[in-house]
Amino acid sequence: MKKDNILKKLANKAYEFGFVSKIKTEIIEQGLNEDIIRLISKKKNEPEWLLEFRLESYRYWQTLEMPEWAHLSIPPIDYQAISYYADPLKKNKENKNKEIDPELMKTFEKLGIPLEERLALSGTAVDAVMDSVSVKTTFKEELREKGIIFCSMSEAVQEYPDLVRKHLGSVVNYRDNFFAALNSAVFSDGSFVYIPKGVRCPMELSTYFRINAANTGQFERTLIVADDDSYVSYLEGCTAPMRDENQLHAAIVEIVVNDNAEVKYSTVQNWYPGDAEGKGGVYNFVTKRGDCRGRGSKLSWTQVETGSAITWKYPSCILRGDNSQGEFYSVALTNNYQQADTGTKMIHLGKNTRSTIISKGISAGKSQNSYRGLVRVSKNADGARNYSQCDSLLLGSECGAHTFPYMDIHNNSAVIEHEATTSKISEEQLFYCNQRGIGTEEAIGLIVNGYAKEVLNKLPMEFAIEAQKLLSVSLEGAVG
Amino acid sequence: MENLLEIKNLHATIDGKEILKGINLTVKAGEVHAIMGPNGSGKSTLSNVLVGHPAYTVTEGEIIYKGKNLLELAPEDRSHEGLFLSFQYPVEIPGVSITNFMRAAVNAKRQYQGQEPMNATEFLKMMREKRAMVNLDSKLANRSVNEGFSGGEKKRNEIFQMAMLEPTLSILDETDSGLDIDALRIVAEGVNKLKRDDTSSIVITHYQRLLDYIKPDIVHILYNGRIVKTAGPELVMELEERGYDWIKNEN
Repeated sequence: MKKDNILKKLANKAYEFGFVSKIKTEIIEQGLNEDIIRLISKKKNEPEWLLEFRLESYRYWQTLEMPEWAHLSIPPIDYQAISYYADPLKKNKENKNKEIDPELMKTFEKLGIPLEERLALSGTAVDAVMDSVSVKTTFKEELREKGIIFCSMSEAVQEYPDLVRKHLGSVVNYRDNFFAALNSAVFSDGSFVYIPKGVRCPMELSTYFRINAANTGQFERTLIVADDDSYVSYLEGCTAPMRDENQLHAAIVEIVVNDNAEVKYSTVQNWYPGDAEGKGGVYNFVTKRGDCRGRGSKLSWTQVETGSAITWKYPSCILRGDNSQGEFYSVALTNNYQQADTGTKMIHLGKNTRSTIISKGISAGKSQNSYRGLVRVSKNADGARNYSQCDSLLLGSECGAHTFPYMDIHNNSAVIEHEATTSKISEEQLFYCNQRGIGTEEAIGLIVNGYAKEVLNKLPMEFAIEAQKLLSVSLEGAVG
Repeated sequence: MENLLEIKNLHATIDGKEILKGINLTVKAGEVHAIMGPNGSGKSTLSNVLVGHPAYTVTEGEIIYKGKNLLELAPEDRSHEGLFLSFQYPVEIPGVSITNFMRAAVNAKRQYQGQEPMNATEFLKMMREKRAMVNLDSKLANRSVNEGFSGGEKKRNEIFQMAMLEPTLSILDETDSGLDIDALRIVAEGVNKLKRDDTSSIVITHYQRLLDYIKPDIVHILYNGRIVKTAGPELVMELEERGYDWIKNEN
């Protein structure tokens, strides 16, 4: 069989969002030191405690080394060659208000994220972040009427300092890991969400992250607090221009889930993955964690990861409250020279806690795709249950799929199930489709989407359709 | 009658080994041809070469289909031009429902013909009608293509797909293999219902029993990569009585 002839020609895949917008952007000088951190904090007019938080994080970060345990080969990163703050909003000298460049509005429109409320996707409120700054948040007032806070992190620091101070770093401590410390030192913007007691958020909340400026890093920080008996579904999307240089994106997402509250967090990650030769692309080193503090609380992570040159990301759940539930649904697709090491941690602390992990890896080209997951059941977590399913699908014979499941069980009543499969798209399957009139690329799209269906079904409708298209596009050129 | 398919001096190899050694065969519109022969004579190779399986290489000869050089067409375009193969061993495609699979197939053909994709209502109606035609359980239609199907269900699914795609020339490759007598009858009835005056079939089989249900106009015996005998339906009976040994001895 000439399987490789069909499957190995991994040509340039079409990256639809690789354009650069000409927006006058204020970029601070490259480099990282305490003065830079003070400058960022000053630009954002931050209270003293937050500056202290940053400096403490920075000092701790300096004592750390890049983590090397992941199945990734990460080229050395020069942290002094990055600019840590880029602001695309221009200041109007007369009224001191910041103005949105029409070019910026156009950029988001081009990305399918209209920032005018009348054009918005039905039932979705958006916080749009470009480079280091939140550009605009839609439907803020409507949500405020229900007591829901949805705004940029910078605004939250000014308007709701107590809420921010109480929760910031309470789920992901700055000492958590190298990138968490870095982010805590230099984070610029991101979204803040607070859902009050008993409120069901009537809209999907979403943040769209766009990197535009060159030689900058994006270090956003998102904090979601769901109070007792509340519900929110939150979506996150991201893209970046095509550039030959790598760009660093190191974010933190913290989620607090109180009694009987439910948070659904969905990501469609489409950072620029680099070209077919592995040049350029975003380094996506992200710490995402939710703390299910309340009894009967529930947190569900759904991610579709198709972008980034390197992904290092483990959205996790701390199941602290009794009867709390954590879910992780993931599709990670790597093509060309992309590398992904992604998975989750389910930490069972409360009684009768349950977790579900469904991970679907798809590897093509010369890419390396790893699932890394930890299920920990502590001594007191009576009646904990976990079900994990890790599937890998290989296209071609030059890519790699790896599974690293860790289990750390300290309670005999735990019921832990783990299933794993590895499969390949065979030439016979493709030929069968061809004979029925379905071209090879479409056939691969059909098979890949079928394989990922279980996860895609967890996404809100509009996102699911986007994600389906994205999976097919990301494999375009995966066959010759 | 017009020639639908003309195979001239066809030679084909797999992994460098020559399997077809000069096939000549003409199928006119409306005809049903049976190709019989002992195991290893090249029957499945012939059907695979006709639909453009990439594992086979044509080294000599030509195939004219609807006046076109068939060998220049990609497998999916051969399908769009009305060529259909009912596979001997249909593959499983996990995660892809028969409905989605057929919608992709039907719409790819429509696109090739410059038509708009079929709308969902129309498509589902067509699915229902064709399913009824071949007695395909509606539960099967929602399952993944061939996944966990019994032998009979797989073959019935092939005939269902044939009904959906309405081919001009269908090739049934050992469609009877692995079927019990009831399944065989259902499959054969489906094929007969789909027969029109302007469509043709090539029925490839080792045994005569399928030909009790699907009546051929012309019967060929394929042996060692060549068609060694061509006659009317009476040849089936002769093979039934005498077996294949006399063919082997004569050649």
